[in-house]
Amino acid sequence: MSTPTLVKFEDALTRYQPVMGLEVHVELNTATKMFCGCPTTFGAEPNTQVCPVCLGLPGALPVVNAKAIESAIRIGLALNCQIAEWCRFARKNYFYPDMPKNFQTSQYDEPIAFDGYVDVEVEGETYRIEIERAHMEEDTGKSLHVGGSTGRIHGADYSLLDYNRAGIPLIEIVTKTIEVPGDKAPAVARAYVNHLRDLMVALGVSDARMDQGSLRADVNLSLKPIGATEFGTRSETKNVNSFRSVERAVRYEISRHAGILDAGGTVVQETRHFHESDGTTSAGRPKSDADDYRYFPEPDLAPVAPDPAWVEELRATLPEPPAERRKRLQTEWGFNDLDMRDIVGAGALDLVAETVEAGATPAAAKKWWLGELARTANDQGADVAALTNTPAQGAQVHRLSDAGRTNDKLARQGD
Amino acid sequence: MSDLTRFTAAEIAAALADGSVTSVEVTRRHLDRIAAVEGDVRAFLHVDRHGALATAADVDRRRAAGEPLPELAGVPVAVKDVLTTVDLPTTCGSKMLEGWISPYDATVVSKLKAAGMPILGKTNMDEFAMGSSTEHSAYGPTRNPWDTTRIPGGSGGGSAAAVAAFEAPLAVGTDTGGSIRQPGAVTGTVGVKPTYGGVSRYGLVAMASSLDQAGPVARTVLDAALLHEVMGGHDPRDSTSLDMPVPPVVEAARRGDVSGLRIGVISELGGEGFQPGVRRCFEEGLEMLARAGAEIVEVSCPSFVHGIAAYYLVMPSEVSSNLAKFDAMRYGLRVAPEGVDDPSAEQVMAASRDAGFGDEVKRRIILGTYALSSGYYDAYYGSAQKVRTLIARDFEAAFEQVDVLASPTSPTVAWSLGEKLDDPLSMYAQDVATIPANLAGVPGISVPVGLSEGLPVGFQFLAPAMADDRLYNAGAALERLVTERDGRPFAAQAPELEVTR
Repeated sequence: MSTPTLVKFEDALTRYQPVMGLEVHVELNTATKMFCGCPTTFGAEPNTQVCPVCLGLPGALPVVNAKAIESAIRIGLALNCQIAEWCRFARKNYFYPDMPKNFQTSQYDEPIAFDGYVDVEVEGETYRIEIERAHMEEDTGKSLHVGGSTGRIHGADYSLLDYNRAGIPLIEIVTKTIEVPGDKAPAVARAYVNHLRDLMVALGVSDARMDQGSLRADVNLSLKPIGATEFGTRSETKNVNSFRSVERAVRYEISRHAGILDAGGTVVQETRHFHESDGTTSAGRPKSDADDYRYFPEPDLAPVAPDPAWVEELRATLPEPPAERRKRLQTEWGFNDLDMRDIVGAGALDLVAETVEAGATPAAAKKWWLGELARTANDQGADVAALTNTPAQGAQVHRLSDAGRTNDKLARQGD
Repeated sequence: MSDLTRFTAAEIAAALADGSVTSVEVTRRHLDRIAAVEGDVRAFLHVDRHGALATAADVDRRRAAGEPLPELAGVPVAVKDVLTTVDLPTTCGSKMLEGWISPYDATVVSKLKAAGMPILGKTNMDEFAMGSSTEHSAYGPTRNPWDTTRIPGGSGGGSAAAVAAFEAPLAVGTDTGGSIRQPGAVTGTVGVKPTYGGVSRYGLVAMASSLDQAGPVARTVLDAALLHEVMGGHDPRDSTSLDMPVPPVVEAARRGDVSGLRIGVISELGGEGFQPGVRRCFEEGLEMLARAGAEIVEVSCPSFVHGIAAYYLVMPSEVSSNLAKFDAMRYGLRVAPEGVDDPSAEQVMAASRDAGFGDEVKRRIILGTYALSSGYYDAYYGSAQKVRTLIARDFEAAFEQVDVLASPTSPTVAWSLGEKLDDPLSMYAQDVATIPANLAGVPGISVPVGLSEGLPVGFQFLAPAMADDRLYNAGAALERLVTERDGRPFAAQAPELEVTR
């Protein structure tokens, strides 16, 4: 495969306006799966959390997990969405070995939540991201392709299938097209995914761990010449496993698309895989609008018609919206805007808050989490939140430092 | 002692209760009968002599110990091979599932077991319940006990033939477009498709989820009601199961009183395409009912003429999706494609599906895949769903005027084996009178009403959803009138099968 010609990011933006669309899958943390009573514990022995329903055995039938519906509605409300008074599941039909029924029970033209928005902050500016829909679906199993160089099904000697994940409830959150100043696009994409993570954690509906796949982002991107109204052809980058990768994937795709367009070429509509190692993407499978999943309403499930009174009860359980919480914490901590931006930008808000709660002073907590830890995280390409240190440990180290029994440098060596 | 296989289920239950026979005796007699006539009838795919006798012995022991038992405890039953069982294979009449044993019992099967009913075996069927003759079984056709050169109907020809041939007093069938009622009609047995959602579908290997419904097959209306009561009721494992009590079907079957009952004859069903002999029997049935005090009126259901067209879009659409799971990855037949070294998963799926499915199944998968395709969805699946709504409205309007609707169950008597095998459209047309009930989710019963050319003719009643008891009331009345006219039970008129032992 030829190496794509890349145009420098800044140069690309002089000629093209990026248009993004983000699809985020959130794995719910319900105790049981979407349509059966199997447990959802992460990391169990392969094929030990399965039953006739999630294995798609002949004759088995799905029953909706009420807790998943509740989580879906709370997510929808937190995204300022309308909640459907009546909606159905639909079958998305395609063959793949890790999908037990060879159709995915999902939602199609009747999502549980639609028409919402969230506001995200980048460098002090607020950007409104419009949400098209949030719908419910079941996860697939996991394939492990053994042999071959790519780790993909093509070229593999054999594949192992683990159905523990099959049937775990997912919420797919789809944005409308996002057009922000091109130089801000990568950061806005990252801030949006980060915001969703914070929201999911605050709602308590998901572990929202990108490294474990409980929050997964697909980045759709196209370019159009500045001033043009018609959208260009998009690519859909999958396998973006950290907030930083979201940002890098957007940057890379802008450079790649610009290279193709500058040379008079056409962008291929396809899925692409993001590579953490070098921040590039490579071609996956061709994808067209004509992909025919033969959706039709799922006849094995009754329609979902949430009682409006219940929806209002759920609205009352929503946590403080992240933006308001940030303002409140800033006041409580006595930080200036720049301090807060640093913390939020590093994805360390919750960690600092919890460390303060565990007994540290705000200034020390900030210093601790934004110091060498953040640099280490950056080196490893991971997010601060994904590191193994806990806020309690942070607070402990802080107290020891205060007591003069250790210092920051020693504490870091001890990690 | 007279022949226990000639007893009705109600008579067997009474004899068991008063201690004049044991379940082991009854069950053994039926197993012996199966051994004697199966060579001709071929109703069963699997016979479970050991399991059935073990259940029977257990029930006898519990009865002897004075334990209170369900009414049908100890009465043997046959189960269509489309319902999952942990102790017997479940093949659905397909090579795809040859030898497959389910790790779980269908809810209906669990209920039979809980009721203490020995399961004699699993009955033959058209592959994945697709067909009207049982000739589409991958394991060869079942023969009609009334004439073994003829088809026993389908897809549940095995269950109907087993009951008609006195191999079982009761059987469980499933009805997606008529697969209980049409075999009932052509084998002179009683078959009921309950209200959609009245009987759990959990463990019923789906053909078309929105149409499938399990129901009883018996030689009398009362027997069907007794089995219906065992099978029916809410199941939390089936989201489409109705959370309502089973209608009072047994009481209705014991009543059998049509005086003052308004019976609507569906003007769209019974004319063109219906054999004269079938029409004659149906009309005679109406006359007897009228003499017994029923009020007969004609009712028009104009959308019913589109029923077959709508059915043959909705059903295959669901089939195309429901049967996608048979891909050789986790269970069932796996075939390596010929001439391919190191085949891909996709190639194995394709080769296995090619080898494992018969022509009729493939035909419906292709039809349904096409009907759901983007660009065709609205014209085919979408339009069919609209017709479905219109048919449901026709039923609603009709049931404002009458208590039950009536028609011949099937346009013809049993045809000869092989006669329609190469003519799928003619086979599909056999479902014209039974399909509307599936599309609208309402219940239906077929009751034997007479003979044409020496072969049974079925009379169908249809009732509003959850008014299954009306079927049993009307059906029992008609049954009594027919028995009085003939001077003996209908089933007793079947010619003797040659006993090969």
